[in-house]
Amino acid sequence: MSDVGGKELRIIGFLCNWCSYGGADAAGVGRFSQPTDLRIIRMPCTGRVDPLFVLKALVSGADGVLVSGCHPRDCHYSEGNYYARRRLEVLKRLLPMLGIHEDRFHYTWVSASEGARWQQVVTRFTERIHELGPMDSLDPELAVCAIRELGGENGQADQPAPASGE
Amino acid sequence: MSDRISYAYYPGCSQTGSAIDYDMSTREVMRDLGVELNEVPDWTCCGSSPAHAIDGALSAALSARNLEQARTMGAGRLTTPCPSCLANLRTAARKLRAPLFKERVDRLLDEPYQGGVTAKSTLEVLFAEVGPEKVAARVILPLTGLKIVPYYGCLTTRLKEVMQFDSEENPVSMDALLRACGAEVPDFSFKTECCGASLAIPKKDAVVALSGKIMEMARLAGADAVAVACPLCQMNLDLRRGQINRAMGTRNDIPVFYFTQLIGLALGFAPDKLGVGKLCVNPKRVLDRIVRS
Amino acid sequence: MRIGVFVCHCGSNIAARVNCAEVAKAALNFPDVVFATDEVYMCSEPGQESIRKAIVEHRLDGVVVASCSPRMHEVTFRRTVERAGLNRYMVEMANIREHVSWIGHDKDSNTRKAIDLVRIAAAKLRRDKPLTFKTFEVVKKVLVVGGGVAGIQAALDCADAGLDVVLVERKSTIGGRMAQLDKTFPTVDCSTCVLGPKMVDAAQHTRISLMAYSEIEDVSGYVGNFTARIKRKASYVDFSKCTGCGLCTEKCPSKKTFDDFNEGVGTTTAINIPFPQAIPKKAVINPATCLKLTKGKCGACAKVCPTGAINFDMREEIVEERVGAVIAATGYDLFDHSKYEEYGGGKLPDVITSIQYERMLSASGPTGGHVKRPSDGKEPKTVVFVSCVGSRDPAKGRPYCSNFCCMYIAKQSILTKDHIPDSQSYVFYIDIRAPQKGYEEFTRRAQEEYGTRYIRGRVSKIYPEGGKLIVRGADTLLGTQVEVQADLVVLAVGVEPTPGAGKLAEKLRISTDQNGFFMESHPKLRPVETNTAGVFLAGACQGPKDIPASVAQGSAAAGKAISLLARERLEADPQVSHVNPKRCVGCMKCVRVCPFKAIKETTGRDGLPKAEVIEAMCQGCGICSVVCPQGAVQLEHFKDDQILAEVEALCRTWVAKSCE
Repeated sequence: MSDVGGKELRIIGFLCNWCSYGGADAAGVGRFSQPTDLRIIRMPCTGRVDPLFVLKALVSGADGVLVSGCHPRDCHYSEGNYYARRRLEVLKRLLPMLGIHEDRFHYTWVSASEGARWQQVVTRFTERIHELGPMDSLDPELAVCAIRELGGENGQADQPAPASGE
Repeated sequence: MSDRISYAYYPGCSQTGSAIDYDMSTREVMRDLGVELNEVPDWTCCGSSPAHAIDGALSAALSARNLEQARTMGAGRLTTPCPSCLANLRTAARKLRAPLFKERVDRLLDEPYQGGVTAKSTLEVLFAEVGPEKVAARVILPLTGLKIVPYYGCLTTRLKEVMQFDSEENPVSMDALLRACGAEVPDFSFKTECCGASLAIPKKDAVVALSGKIMEMARLAGADAVAVACPLCQMNLDLRRGQINRAMGTRNDIPVFYFTQLIGLALGFAPDKLGVGKLCVNPKRVLDRIVRS
Repeated sequence: MRIGVFVCHCGSNIAARVNCAEVAKAALNFPDVVFATDEVYMCSEPGQESIRKAIVEHRLDGVVVASCSPRMHEVTFRRTVERAGLNRYMVEMANIREHVSWIGHDKDSNTRKAIDLVRIAAAKLRRDKPLTFKTFEVVKKVLVVGGGVAGIQAALDCADAGLDVVLVERKSTIGGRMAQLDKTFPTVDCSTCVLGPKMVDAAQHTRISLMAYSEIEDVSGYVGNFTARIKRKASYVDFSKCTGCGLCTEKCPSKKTFDDFNEGVGTTTAINIPFPQAIPKKAVINPATCLKLTKGKCGACAKVCPTGAINFDMREEIVEERVGAVIAATGYDLFDHSKYEEYGGGKLPDVITSIQYERMLSASGPTGGHVKRPSDGKEPKTVVFVSCVGSRDPAKGRPYCSNFCCMYIAKQSILTKDHIPDSQSYVFYIDIRAPQKGYEEFTRRAQEEYGTRYIRGRVSKIYPEGGKLIVRGADTLLGTQVEVQADLVVLAVGVEPTPGAGKLAEKLRISTDQNGFFMESHPKLRPVETNTAGVFLAGACQGPKDIPASVAQGSAAAGKAISLLARERLEADPQVSHVNPKRCVGCMKCVRVCPFKAIKETTGRDGLPKAEVIEAMCQGCGICSVVCPQGAVQLEHFKDDQILAEVEALCRTWVAKSCE
């Protein structure tokens, strides 16, 4: 199975380097075939995942976003995934208010040894997104407002943020 | 009874013939313990072993129809005393989860299978829902002093994935119910051995050897009686006792009861209400001891 | 910026399912990409050389390598670009093997996906900056957790190399599982005689500080600078006074204590020294059965102790140790066979485990080396060994092979014949696994010289009949059912992680595999390292292992620790967080969330409170970045703008495509 139902959809994954990224590697090493819709972005820890990244992806054209980190208590940095869990849970509840189906976003835990589980997570999530179909385009004004409301001026990524150089 | 439990009841063919005593005792005991049994209208044979040996879809269709009949009664749950019927009902329900298989089965049925009815053994209902405590509370004539060996047979708890009840190697549900009736239940390592089942017809020797071994182990365990939960097991251990004794040169005269009969006796039912008179190996000695105590 | 993209075929691993040339061609259209090529093996010498050449020829500032996982070769390619004169952090990888070619079957979809992954990497690289690392001092001391043969070997090697070692053992003596064994395969030499001298060496080595009857409470810090808090459990015996004379154990009236060392074969006293060669040879009181501690009466041991070592008021204490590296060598535990109801569920007295049998065979064991049936004390004439009890059995949740059972079964069957010459042993097996030096010959000796009958098949049932145990199983070579009338059945119980392994993994911040064993960094190339720098693995805690393999791994882990701590200073990973003081409003949220206390409050040039990252302590998780309301704390190479650029790069193409 390469795509689910023919047409590829647009899914972004934010994966913790220490566990789920390795789990995805393990799935590869084990040749556990998966749908090809997902594009993985490597993160140092799910604690680094700003809910705004997820939102940014969903308002800019992604049909689904998946975040995966270490199982609770297994965080390489002791507590990053706990922060992630709280932030992402809140985010999940906020999505419908923006007119985004909450099922378009999913967070889960996959360890570096769980290649088979990763295959399952990807397959199920991809199927779910295909059931929901491509995202209707959001009202761009509403989306921009939403991002502002959520307090992220640093959510503007078009020009490299001034944070680095000055 | 304040909290009545209600089930659709699927007796299965054996319970209308050779194992009518199982049916009688099941109905009496369940009624007494507050379980309402409503017989599934116009039920058919589950197909037993021949059906699924010939055609999986046909076998599933038979069970699917029986489950659907229960559903139209408005019942979400069904119980049957026979482990073989139960295995067919539960296997069919499991296999029907696959859309392609369901399509094949639906073609054989008048109405498509909708599902949603769970099938459980009478043993499971008594153990898990009624519970040994409630049984113990209603015992009038305790089976005190009787050593009863529980024999589950192969199918009662197997396949594990299908039955999802008790341990597949060392089940304990019948043990607990018999203990609740006041009986002494010794360790028995042949609880789940095969009695030979339907091989009795094509290969009698095998059945006689297997059933004979079970009865011999029961004797070594010091059994006054054996309790079973399967009509076919009962038949092999009880009806064929003469053949067994002749072939093995033994004189084993341990009676083989349905566990529901033993519970019924403890609950104070008259033996003829439980069909005890239908047993081949004379149970008189056991009955005498219950009354005496 | 001038970016070069290098797409690897990985032989056919990638090229069979991804059109690499097309990926390279597409990459040329990405912003700042001035060069792109594909190559058969990017990690090979010619592959790396082509990267180096391209950097020089095309004056590249950064490189994207599209190949395998960065967890595999990021370090390799960092070195490559460094050799070409670039900063080593100016390389990004696109994982088009594990995440693309190995999991997708459709070449077109795969190629599209690979192009997208390169796109992400290039977008991120455009915002990467050269990073320079700082160095920090290391503590030249190693913590070894577990005093079995692997831990002892690791401790001795480290100490011999001049490092100080803290060897922590949970039990009152070191020696571990090996100390429980009677003989070892394939030489059949005495286990304690081989191990004993090593235990003495470990105890007497001036650089090794031995902490028996102690456990790890927690571990903080980072490579080169860990702080371990170690709990000394209350033994109720002052180890500095106890001479190990054993007088107390003779007088103790509480004789029904479970004998841990002898695996419950026989009982022991509440105050106890596990075995004569114990190191340290100190008595320990079991508070659960000691009459003084449970009922307040007795105190016999205190009365007879010639040195006054008994102290009923002893409490556990915490000791802190600073170390530069940690070696976990916590060994294994054995499968609880009561889960096999068909083998009696642990209720048949004459069905015992292999380790119990080992204690019975041992001359210093509870039966004095006489093999006796637990039920009636009689000498068994027929002994049946059942292999793979809790191994290779997915139905029992133990899918893996326990590695060494085949060998010790052969050994125990040989020893059975030695102890009882008129005995007959049977072995039920699935496969005989004897791949190491001398192993195959050994199992053949058991069969040919000692007459052990090997039956290929699993045992389906064990039941008692007439004072014997009937072992019923399949003989798959004859295609028949077999029954053996046995006097004693020995179950070769499988290996499983120690009960505390999961907890220790959390404390050390390492992972466990699907079976609960500690996970190595790479199954082939980094077998003793973990994904946490400075933490190494030795012995069966990483997976079932026999003695030679455990010793080898103990030395290997020591070697890794030694090479790590041979340096005076270590390079700190510069991918850490930094605070932009101009943006910082001094809310100190980052200070509160940092799990490593790596951010502190200071005063800025403007006199206002500011946060500041202590670089040596920052581990690079980025939790701080997310809480900062101003985006002032940024994690190098994982800055907000970089991650958003990755998202943006993908979304922009997607949107553009859908408009076509």
